[in-house]
Amino acid sequence: MSNLIETAEELLQKNKVNLIIGYEKGTGSKTRPVFIRKAEDAKKLVFDNNQKQNLVVYLLRSEVKKAGKTAFVATVPALRSMLQLASECQIKDKELIAIHARDNQDVIVFEDFKSIEEFLTTADTGFTAVESELLAKLMAMTVSERFDFWTSEFEKCIKCYACRAACPMCYCGRCTTECNQPQWVAPASHPLGVFEWHLMRAMHLTGRCVNCSECATACPVDIPLNLLTYSLMETLETGFGAKAGMKADAKYALSVYKPDDKESFIQ
Amino acid sequence: MQEFEPKIVAFVCNWCTYAGADLTGTSRIKYSSDVKIIRFPCTGRIDFMLLMKAFANGADGIIVSGCHPNDCHYTSGNFHARRRWIVFEKLIDFMGIDKRRICFSWVSAAEGAKWADIVNNTVAKIKEIGPYEDYKKLASSFSEISQESHE
Repeated sequence: MSNLIETAEELLQKNKVNLIIGYEKGTGSKTRPVFIRKAEDAKKLVFDNNQKQNLVVYLLRSEVKKAGKTAFVATVPALRSMLQLASECQIKDKELIAIHARDNQDVIVFEDFKSIEEFLTTADTGFTAVESELLAKLMAMTVSERFDFWTSEFEKCIKCYACRAACPMCYCGRCTTECNQPQWVAPASHPLGVFEWHLMRAMHLTGRCVNCSECATACPVDIPLNLLTYSLMETLETGFGAKAGMKADAKYALSVYKPDDKESFIQ
Repeated sequence: MQEFEPKIVAFVCNWCTYAGADLTGTSRIKYSSDVKIIRFPCTGRIDFMLLMKAFANGADGIIVSGCHPNDCHYTSGNFHARRRWIVFEKLIDFMGIDKRRICFSWVSAAEGAKWADIVNNTVAKIKEIGPYEDYKKLASSFSEISQESHE
């Protein structure tokens, strides 16, 4: 894994960045995020193809912003999250360096949005086989079967908001769920509040979700809640030509419109 | 047995459908009294959470209606609303909410007769489908909890 570590060391030694966010070895076979400020610590970095956690979630934290120029190890969904944040005016071009590692010896360093955009045109941005399968299974159900499926899944929800904390797109200073004048979503984890929370979360992420699966991975009770936004991606792509996180200057699909947007249900 | 009278909540825009519903009245066209009309400045103001709140508070059906495309008082409010409805309709269907319970429509200020038809058809459809027991079950667990917490 020399190449990833060498790249990181070089970035820190040449003072190109002050902080590198990557993965280090965690317990068992897992990896965990690590924050590296000194070149000699760069050897902690590991490459792992199962790197799940989307490190973009840290980029908007004030501690990271204060650190100055930052580099982070980015998977394909993380690169897309970065472009999505850029399109929402949350980060500026050339402010961050993304290190994308395809394997130990094949590391690409992206210094600007344009190179990421070009790279993403050929990258695999689809769902995993397991995700597509479950999505197809749900789509084939009747409406009441789907309702039973989701209510039984949501029964497990303890409203820990890990899904929100793990999501790089959930960066609002004040979330609607914390709003109590009026109270949109009741805070307790009873069936109605949980249902409304997940519906609201999915609506607020529609057109912004970059299918990184972070929410479902972070969920301590394994609710496949990433499927909620995934189910809308085809509509967004075919209907509005919108795919989140592919262009840094893209417009949010639900804040623009075409006079001839097609629908079949309005009477 | 008493016939099921559905609770229908209509979310309408001030400029077209509300005026259209007014015309229905002044034209003395009779339509179902099961509908409760809520007036909004524009369809663009009708947040999806408001619709969910209507279901949670016992609505069996919902009508959402505003100006026809290109007729919006604010030029683009209904275009934005339409995009949101397109994804919202897909999402609630995916989450298992019967999308037949929400009727989206365009009713202009001149379409008094259309408004009466929309309401009557929706009421007839909801009567056929029956009360929204599934969602009321979710909501009833909520009122139990909130009552306990107030005691």
